[in-house]
Amino acid sequence: MSTSKSKATNTGSGKAAVPMVKAEGVHKSFGAAHILKGIDLEVAPREVFCLIGPSGSGKSTFLRCINHLEKINSGRLSVDGELVGYREHHGKLYELRDREVAARRRDIGMVFQRFNLFPHMTALENIMEAPVQVKGESKASARERAAKLLDRVGLADKAGNYPSQLSGGQQQRVAIARALAMEPKLMLFDEPTSALDPELVGDVLDVMKDLAADGMTMVVVTHEMGFAREVGDSLVFMDDGVVVESGHPRDVLTKPQHERTKSFLSKVL
Amino acid sequence: MSVDVDKPAEPPAAAPPAQPEPIKAIPVRHYGRWVAALVVIGLLVLLVRAFASGKVNWGAIPEYMFNADILKGLRNTLWITVLSMVIGIVLGVVLAVMRQSKNPVTKSVAWFYVWFFRGTPVYVQLFLWFNLGLVFQYIDIMPIYKDEWSDFMTPFLCALLGLGLNEAAYMAEICRAGLNAVDEGQTEAAHALGMSHGRTLRRIVVPQAMRVIVPPTGNEVINMLKTSSLVIAVQYYDLLQAAQNVGRDSGVVVEMLILAAAWYLIATTVLSIGQYYLERYYARGASRQLPPTPFQRLKAKLAGPNRAGGAA
Repeated sequence: MSTSKSKATNTGSGKAAVPMVKAEGVHKSFGAAHILKGIDLEVAPREVFCLIGPSGSGKSTFLRCINHLEKINSGRLSVDGELVGYREHHGKLYELRDREVAARRRDIGMVFQRFNLFPHMTALENIMEAPVQVKGESKASARERAAKLLDRVGLADKAGNYPSQLSGGQQQRVAIARALAMEPKLMLFDEPTSALDPELVGDVLDVMKDLAADGMTMVVVTHEMGFAREVGDSLVFMDDGVVVESGHPRDVLTKPQHERTKSFLSKVL
Repeated sequence: MSVDVDKPAEPPAAAPPAQPEPIKAIPVRHYGRWVAALVVIGLLVLLVRAFASGKVNWGAIPEYMFNADILKGLRNTLWITVLSMVIGIVLGVVLAVMRQSKNPVTKSVAWFYVWFFRGTPVYVQLFLWFNLGLVFQYIDIMPIYKDEWSDFMTPFLCALLGLGLNEAAYMAEICRAGLNAVDEGQTEAAHALGMSHGRTLRRIVVPQAMRVIVPPTGNEVINMLKTSSLVIAVQYYDLLQAAQNVGRDSGVVVEMLILAAAWYLIATTVLSIGQYYLERYYARGASRQLPPTPFQRLKAKLAGPNRAGGAA
């Protein structure tokens, strides 16, 4: 199924569906540092969308804007047809309250480079925390689902372990399960394998491939070109806060059009 | 393991090569340590001799150990310690949150509070509370309460306010340090899961901050127990006051001071043990394996002295 949907964004033939993520002229600066300089892109539902580029190019910042961990300075950014961080009423924008921002984030899962598991909770408790606390799910049902999710990421026997007792790859898989427990419609991955030993990367990528095959919409900031080529439906190369090149991963990775893309790829491939 | 005994190729003398011969060397002699030990022991002997020759009525100490007045003083000391710490912790948390807030007014008020109460000696603060009656005649909280100041401001209240408000300033700094010590990624992860600010603080940040907050707070409790002896300034009847009264009345002044010291030591020791277990509780998840408690170590030793260390 991942091949059939792949053309949707490139050609715009899938207009009927509301894009899962839509960015129009998104700018972001931190003080004097202008990080995003007008990003336009669309992520279709069920698409695996890869963002690559040198460090400092703004790809992580853009990812964090999608679930409002960073506030954009100008432009429009929407998730599933709803503006991120604002409500539009009679042509005016109203900032969302903390509670409303939190409510929007429930549908967006995020996986961090440094896992950010809660160290004072076991793997199982990490996964149960948000469903119980945010959705008000009963502990028994949350525990049951958490156990299933742990099994899905191949860690059924680690339920009682604290994060400090797990390897990096195991922690990251628990972190993915934790995000999935909220049953999100969109998953954001911020360099999920960059902090891992090379031999542990494969396990995490396998879980992500599995997720992609299930039709999850995923935005993935990554340096794993192999993953992008194999699983990605579209790929964007960013540099210095702008989208330099985009298209199908195979095309961009093998026949880059821009000099900047060529020189970047020649270093990482 | 008698499986390969009948192996003909190996001569029996070379059978256990697993244990190589340990190195035999003459260890370094630490003459300095011997000298230092002798000097210290010599000084201790002098000290003991001095006290033995002094006219200390040692028998008076066990005799008055459970004297009613002494026990009343001890109770009051413990009571004022606990209550002052409660005020200190509650107010300290409030001040720490005020300090973190984005509201410039609450922020600067909290800063000013800490600046004032940390910058002046507790002894001076206690005297201030005690002598406020010289400038206020009545206490008048309009609709609720009105009374003569001297009736309202009892020694107990002076002691409580003096110690508690001072402690709050220190607790505020401890809490602030604890909250700041939690990695920002934790807050982000919680927010990304859709948790609100308050819930993130309660469920994620505070439990982790506790690991940083508990050890210094334990020290503060122990400190408070000792600092509470300053309430003599406001004529509150604490352990020290009781010991001095009894000592003066019975002519055993030094003995009662030693007795008070002994009670303080007992109380601080009990508190230290409690603190050990509390720290252990909040360290969960922070280290891979919690160290065994002294009890567990003792049990492991009794169970089998030959497998020491293999208990885990």
